[in-house]
Amino acid sequence: MRWIWIDKFVEFESGRRAVAIKNITLAEDHLHDHFPGFPVMPASLMIEGMAQTAGILVGEARNFEEKVILAKIKRASFSGYARPGQQLRYEATIETISPEAAMTAGTIYCDGEPLGQVDLMFSHIDQNLSGLNFPEENFVFTEEFKSLLTTYQIRR
Amino acid sequence: MAMSRDEIFEHVRDTLVDALAVEPDEVTENASLTGDLGAESIDFLDIVFRLEKTFNLKIPRGELFPEDLLNNPDYVSNGKLTATGLEQLKKSMPHADFSNFEKDPDVSKMPDLFTVKTLVNYIEAKQTAA
Repeated sequence: MRWIWIDKFVEFESGRRAVAIKNITLAEDHLHDHFPGFPVMPASLMIEGMAQTAGILVGEARNFEEKVILAKIKRASFSGYARPGQQLRYEATIETISPEAAMTAGTIYCDGEPLGQVDLMFSHIDQNLSGLNFPEENFVFTEEFKSLLTTYQIRR
Repeated sequence: MAMSRDEIFEHVRDTLVDALAVEPDEVTENASLTGDLGAESIDFLDIVFRLEKTFNLKIPRGELFPEDLLNNPDYVSNGKLTATGLEQLKKSMPHADFSNFEKDPDVSKMPDLFTVKTLVNYIEAKQTAA
């Protein structure tokens, strides 16, 4: 299983804004348990989808040199369901980015209608948590990940 | 135009209500960010970002919440700040109230220095300096 919750980027403005889409399909196993007879995309996975959209936007802003970790869900609110056959659109913008961290604001649309608001905070962990040493290799943006970017056509 | 202390407090309170999901009446001047309001380390960064935005100012890293002090053996001994360490901390945090802490400068009590009042003092001083 691959933990990838966006299908592709449709807009990407470096350091500023990114838009990704995700098509929901009944081929996804978890929808048969969430819930039996009433399949809806779990809100937690929509937060993950936004975290991937916004996290890649934040990572790309520093050329994927920082280890970008989701540090805090500042806000997550949803006003409805997203169901198989529908398309999610994750729109993320960077509100602030500094050497240590970044804040993003995001809106989720479902088939064009606003569905949720997810605002996140990411940490550049090498610049934080002083005193802790992390592996030198970038375990967030791995080589495997970078090859995906070629698919998304956003690799520099 | 410079804000009054009351106005600063109101904005700081709103910031903490949003950042820490606490009730407005929990945010009193003497409430400590970690002990009373449940802030975790990552929240401090969030608070700094939000204060910068709310008050339209730049908060240099380590100025509001000093770092690195604890890694210096001259400053810390047996889990307590040394006289030099305490002196240094006071110098780097003129906005904090040390009256309780200096009686027993135990490192584990350092978070108590970060109160709502500390933030208000900091913003007030910053505003005067600007």
